[in-house]
Amino acid sequence: MQIKLTINDKAVKWDVANDELLADTLRSHGLLSVKKACDTSCCGLCTIWIDGKSMLSCSILSVRVHGKKITTIEGLPQEAEEFARILSAEGAEQCGFCSPGFIMSVLAMKNELVNPTEEEIIHYLTGNLCRCTGYMGQLRAIKTYLGVA
Amino acid sequence: MKSVGQSIRKIDGMAIAMGKPVYTEDLAMANALVVKILRSPHAYAKITSIDISKAESLEGVECILTYKDVPNQRFTLAGQSYPEPSPYDRLILDQVVRYVGDEVAIIAAVDEKTALLAMKKIKVEYEVMEPVLDFEQAIGHSSVVHTEEDLSCNFDIGLQKDQNITSSCHEEVGDVEEEFKQCAVVVEDVYYPQAQAHTMMETYRSFTYLDHVGRLIVLSSTQVPFHIRRQLARALQISSTKIRVIKPRIGGGFGGKQTGAGDIFAAIVTLKTGKPAMIIYDRKETFSCTTSRHAMRISVKLGADQDGFIRALDMQVLSDTGAYGEHAPTVLGCVGHYTLPLYNKTRAVRFDGKAVYTNKMPAGAFRGYGATQGTFALESTVNKLAEHLKMDPTELRLKNISKVGETFLTGHGVRLGSSSLDRCIAKGKELIGWEEKFPSRDVGNNKVRAVGMAITMQGSGIATIGTASAEIRLNDDGNVTLLTGATDMGTGCDTILSQMAAEILEIPMEKIIVNAGDTDTSPYDPGSYASSTTYVAGAAVVKAAEELKGKILEQGAAFLEVTLQDVEFNGSGVRTLSGDQEISLAKLAELTILGRGNLQLVGYVTQGCEVSPPPYVAGFAEVEVDRETGKVDLIDYVAVIDCGTVINPNLARIQAEGGIAQGIGMALYEQVRYDEIGKMATNSFMQYKIPTRKDVGKVRIEFEESFEPTGPFGAKSIGEVVANTPPPAISHAIYNAVGVREHHLPITPEKVFLGMKKLI
Ligand code: FES
Ligand code: FES
Repeated sequence: MQIKLTINDKAVKWDVANDELLADTLRSHGLLSVKKACDTSCCGLCTIWIDGKSMLSCSILSVRVHGKKITTIEGLPQEAEEFARILSAEGAEQCGFCSPGFIMSVLAMKNELVNPTEEEIIHYLTGNLCRCTGYMGQLRAIKTYLGVA
Repeated sequence: MKSVGQSIRKIDGMAIAMGKPVYTEDLAMANALVVKILRSPHAYAKITSIDISKAESLEGVECILTYKDVPNQRFTLAGQSYPEPSPYDRLILDQVVRYVGDEVAIIAAVDEKTALLAMKKIKVEYEVMEPVLDFEQAIGHSSVVHTEEDLSCNFDIGLQKDQNITSSCHEEVGDVEEEFKQCAVVVEDVYYPQAQAHTMMETYRSFTYLDHVGRLIVLSSTQVPFHIRRQLARALQISSTKIRVIKPRIGGGFGGKQTGAGDIFAAIVTLKTGKPAMIIYDRKETFSCTTSRHAMRISVKLGADQDGFIRALDMQVLSDTGAYGEHAPTVLGCVGHYTLPLYNKTRAVRFDGKAVYTNKMPAGAFRGYGATQGTFALESTVNKLAEHLKMDPTELRLKNISKVGETFLTGHGVRLGSSSLDRCIAKGKELIGWEEKFPSRDVGNNKVRAVGMAITMQGSGIATIGTASAEIRLNDDGNVTLLTGATDMGTGCDTILSQMAAEILEIPMEKIIVNAGDTDTSPYDPGSYASSTTYVAGAAVVKAAEELKGKILEQGAAFLEVTLQDVEFNGSGVRTLSGDQEISLAKLAELTILGRGNLQLVGYVTQGCEVSPPPYVAGFAEVEVDRETGKVDLIDYVAVIDCGTVINPNLARIQAEGGIAQGIGMALYEQVRYDEIGKMATNSFMQYKIPTRKDVGKVRIEFEESFEPTGPFGAKSIGEVVANTPPPAISHAIYNAVGVREHHLPITPEKVFLGMKKLI
């Protein structure tokens, strides 16, 4: 069926199959920052925003986002780059495969939580797995980004 | 130094962080055929009939291949230098399937749906055989995993296939039994380090097509492009001149991608159909149809004299290599290679090991490569010895570790070139607060806090086998191109190798183009594994840069019409010592290539690896154990590292933190498990738990630099050694907390709980 939605501030009409997952639809339309690393909604690599809220695009059927506003990292060049610079200055984008989804979660967290504690940060981001970095460098980058010690 | 020793951002960092299309799947052609694999539901069976007619007639199906359609040539998927020590024990598809998940048929279709539908329509009949599932029962089992006549080895690895023995090794110096008799204290134990899954975030994938001259181009998420090329040539029975393997950015490897996975299936589809093909292993296949760390049983016996000098050391290993022998002999050997040299006050050492075939997913290379398993066993025993000797475990280490300039019993006279392990231990003690916290203290609420420790080593490259070539060209515009076969898998070697080149050539990093990991254009490099890249490829780059610098000076002197002794190079040009004449690098390059020079300047070096200097880590864990439930919280982990000179502190730190986190996973959470028919029970992140950011506690890394005389700028390796200390250090801390010595990893709350019950 055809769905109408907004992708990174652009109105589009897409034909999608009834059983198509949003992550696959986005990739097939060239939004290749969207990565998938599991089949069980466990890894967080496919994180995007739907109407400004971070969501797992592997766990949503494309037909369900008709009329919604979708944001991927491609749609947030400045904000995402600001944090990506801090992340890579820390060396905490090792293979980088988890980074786009992680960055989308971090930016969503920044919008949602005011002055989060370390515990709140860790809790908010638990669903974003990373096998390379051991998470400490990501935490250092977030603290620099949020300006907390 | 301007570049080396600086925390320079990775040259590809922003692109990968921002999700730019630079990984295999992103680069594949949209019209590539989708390749899917029909896999065996049985742990051990023979295919008696296979009917593909219904599947083949489906619209959109391009080809279906069974064991009848593949070359009859056995090969190994292990990515190792020729002659590979791993046995040639597999076919692309075999009539015999040897584990649940072994490949039965290859299906290629225009899209995934069609391929999956076709898979359902293939009818296979099996003659099911009794599988070998328990590796401790493998030797002499009534079932033999490999009966085929044409299984072969490049040299004797101690294979006895009728006994299910893949490989055996034995090393003995001195009379161990006699020494044990002389010892004041003797301790021994048996350990079971488990199979661990790599779980790199980018699963295995490969995209293949034929280029304009009909060559097979393979874009692969691999650590070993040159080995993949050789492997494909052998398995497909085509000349390697017909194959080009390119490694784009890859989403993690950890040794997993030192073993081939889907490349061969996509490649054969492309060869048969002439069309581009893409294979992507899903997470389930990645968990259950690739490789894991070798599960092992390791017995260690240690004897020490009254003063605490370790005099006799005996280690016996049984390693489960699963259905195929990828990396079986080498991982087995490394259990001893990378543990025994830690302590050199010994008078007798014995190492005996066997790797066995079972009907489970093959084991393979995994960061640490046997050292991780061996370290768990040896270091746990050393901690036990300390207790029996009533010595502080850190003191026992300081007393027994090998020092600079010394040799060790099984080391063939090689002297240790660098070590700051003693400083690592001292620093780690200070950071964790060892003096106040060892062994344990009650913190109320039925909770105990305790500390534990372990040390470890690895190698840097493979002695006498490791090699790397590097080429640095001065381009027509005065910039340089660095060509290397080292494969950056996120580890940052494209960056650190250019840091080294920049340092020698005294030019900014921006002037260097890095071209790596392409078998058509890169000079030969085995790939990124065996902790080789910084040490071996780095040394090649340094020498190639020096060679180029020498040629630039010569050329500059010639253009300036002075002697070589009268000129110097300062990064931007060559000038006379008096400073009155100068030629810029750009001008020199232009004249050299386009003008009267007529020779592009190139530095080209092949670097061998005579020794494999060990990096070291001293790891310290602080845990809190709940006496009521057995729950273990990791409070703090301190790792102090000697990797020689640190080339890029940030990247080294991230490597270390990531390795420690994987070690924590191995200590407390992760385990590949099978059900009673041999089907993997842990094939998703729901059943197989890797540490989340809630599970790693606080990890703190410090470097105690040493200077390795054979290393580039004094550097040694870091990638693997960091994975090894958590299992023994955490296990030690748990023992110090509640008295439970758990020898089966991972140490789950149930095991601690049951262990405490037994103590009462
Ligand atoms: S792909 Fe893993 S959570 Fe979406
Ligand atoms: S950087 Fe590789 S998975 Fe996070």
